[in-house]
Amino acid sequence: MPGTVDVTASLNPHDAASGIMEAPMVEIEHLSLWYGAKQALRDVSMSVPKHRVTAYIGPSGCGKSTLLRCLNRMNDLVDGVRVTGTVRIGGTDIYDPTLDVTELRKRVGMVFQKSNPFPKSVFENVAYGPRILGVRTRSDLEAVVERSLRAAALWEEVQDRLGDSALGLSGGQQQRLCIARAIAVEPDVLLMDEPCSALDPIATAKIEELMLELKNSYTIVIVTHNMQQAARVSDYTGFMLLGELVEVGVTRELFTNPRDKRTEDYITGRFG
Amino acid sequence: MRHLWRSGEPFIWLTGSALALCLLLVVGLVALILVNGLGFFWPKDVVRLTLTDGRALTGIVREREAVPDRGGEYRIKLQVANRDLYGADFVWVDEARIARREDPPDVTVIERTEWGLLIGTLAEFRDGGRVVAAGPGPALAELRRRLPAAARLRREIRSIEKGEIGAINHAQEQARLALKRLELRGVATGPEVEALGRRTAVLQARYAAEEARLAALRKQQTASVVVAADGGKDKELPLAQVLRAFTPNAMGVLAKSGHYAAGLWGVVSDDPRESNTEGGVFPAIFGTAMLVMIMSALVTPLGVLAAFYLREYARQGTFVSAVRIAVNNLAGVPSIVFGVFGVGFFIYGVGGTLDRWFFAEALPTPTFGTGGILWASLTLALLTVPVVIVATEEGLAAIPMGMREASLALGATKLETTLRVVLPAVMPSVLTGLILAMARAAGEVAPLMLTGVVKLAPSLPVDGFWPFVHLERKFMHLGFHIYDVGFQSPNVDAARPMVFVTTLLLLVMVVLLNLFAIGLRNRLRRTYATSAV
Repeated sequence: MPGTVDVTASLNPHDAASGIMEAPMVEIEHLSLWYGAKQALRDVSMSVPKHRVTAYIGPSGCGKSTLLRCLNRMNDLVDGVRVTGTVRIGGTDIYDPTLDVTELRKRVGMVFQKSNPFPKSVFENVAYGPRILGVRTRSDLEAVVERSLRAAALWEEVQDRLGDSALGLSGGQQQRLCIARAIAVEPDVLLMDEPCSALDPIATAKIEELMLELKNSYTIVIVTHNMQQAARVSDYTGFMLLGELVEVGVTRELFTNPRDKRTEDYITGRFG
Repeated sequence: MRHLWRSGEPFIWLTGSALALCLLLVVGLVALILVNGLGFFWPKDVVRLTLTDGRALTGIVREREAVPDRGGEYRIKLQVANRDLYGADFVWVDEARIARREDPPDVTVIERTEWGLLIGTLAEFRDGGRVVAAGPGPALAELRRRLPAAARLRREIRSIEKGEIGAINHAQEQARLALKRLELRGVATGPEVEALGRRTAVLQARYAAEEARLAALRKQQTASVVVAADGGKDKELPLAQVLRAFTPNAMGVLAKSGHYAAGLWGVVSDDPRESNTEGGVFPAIFGTAMLVMIMSALVTPLGVLAAFYLREYARQGTFVSAVRIAVNNLAGVPSIVFGVFGVGFFIYGVGGTLDRWFFAEALPTPTFGTGGILWASLTLALLTVPVVIVATEEGLAAIPMGMREASLALGATKLETTLRVVLPAVMPSVLTGLILAMARAAGEVAPLMLTGVVKLAPSLPVDGFWPFVHLERKFMHLGFHIYDVGFQSPNVDAARPMVFVTTLLLLVMVVLLNLFAIGLRNRLRRTYATSAV
């Protein structure tokens, strides 16, 4: 299939001996997107393997956030947006007109660049998603909140102040709270749009550690400015430039032995 | 010089003095109202002036001013009261004509139900024409002893008039309307008509019984006091008309303070007397509070919903911008224009139609087709809705987009996001808008004069008769009361203190309503504090 990168056993860092292909969670085929007359994505095709961290890198305005936002159709909120091509998540075409977009978003969680907790208590922030899903009983909600906060490595820090305003937490805690909130609805895929760009190095390290933990349960797609971060946390990396997916491959391969000249220029710091 | 200007120091002084001037104006205004409004109830001493021509004048000094065109001479304004005896409450006395000034300790000031104050010396206390006590001291003692019982009797009579007889009148009116309703349906005879006839007869019998009870009670009001006033004039005043009697010259500070507190409470809790120049302003306070509350209940949902559509749902473009400008300009339309609209649309249009559909039996007397508290509230709501819309819109614009995205990304629908995230976060802004709206509405008078405010409302808009809240009723309002008492009263001098008292009450009320809303907003802010706002 042209444009699709088949992740073969030889490229798989985790399973070099077995010789099997990784199962794809997200499949993107010939995806193009226009904001009005301006084309932001040009014929992007690739697949994202299940239970792995896939990173997108590239200079500002290259379309990596746009691509991420296509995966839970957050771009629908923008006026005058037009999309062609297909995106399948777990085999379902998410641009199918009959698909309920709220159902999709429950399966594809998102963490944003700027931490955006609701102006409610810590508990209510995490319980928001489950409440939307119809969880009503207090004991169920408490169980979900504790599990999510533990999964986001925040439980120890906030267990005594669940009733306090989430806005009283530090920046790093707020971002982990947003992660806890996203995984409280148990999505299949977790999208992260530059989750550490507003955090200090220590908080960043905690989130990165968390990502490695979370990939056992979730498929993670992360957009980052920071190439070191992509190198540290991701299994696969895609390089984007001017709306085009230039190259995608196993992270180590891409950083050490890029196939495309533009990728090499970017990672060696010749532009961007 | 140039250096001084560049230092910025003069500009700081300029801004500082501008603020100081504003503060001075506000403080001056409040102080003027406070002094005049609160000073009115303090029982001032009564002086007896003997003039050079031998005439004696007893009264309370209210003012002192220079005589025009005669340098160095002063005159005083003396409240001699006893309007029924002298014809006027106030006289101007040139100080040059005063031969002697004294403070007689036994002069009594009597507040009565009509004709204003009575100032004089008690001569006798009579009961049924027989003298019970003679002389200032014994008569005053007897008066004080009998006053509580007389007040109880007066209250009982009033409660029968308002309560029992009022209920009978109300029931009779209901029966009359029911009969009229039947008539409109073409039923002139039959069991229903007869039943109503029997009910009316029963009511009339009960009315006669209550009337007899009243007459019996009135017969008990036999006592009276004789007061000797200046110029050898005597006044026999029935005890039933005496509200309070006191001797200011013999009172200590403590007694005066008690009198003061009672007077203050009377103004807040009593009904007005003597075309509003005396008595209390309770109906006006009640009307104002109810008006503002109904207005708030109407304007908040309307303004918030409109703002949500403008900011959250409408596609931002030329049309929405035009609507926004139009809404903002609506806030600048003179309030009387809204009053005219209220009369034309609400009263004649909506009210007239309601009358024809639901209250046809009462026509030609209008029920909703005339001014009333509902129409006045609606008019004010219309007047203040731009304020709420603008404040809510600004609040919505200040909520970060990320907050909405976070909710949507969790699978919430747009509606769930709006109700669970956006609405709580915007509530402080809504309340800010409401505070501004209430402040404006409480002070509006012009549109109310067209849509239902009256000088004297016979009953409050809330009472014991079903449906308890009567939104079609006319009402009294503190703002209109100020205008009416101050500028429409036949006895301006006597009414002037009432103007200040009413103004003070209106101010206090606006401040209280605002404090309540501000307290609520601050509580919400603490709960929903957002990082962006």
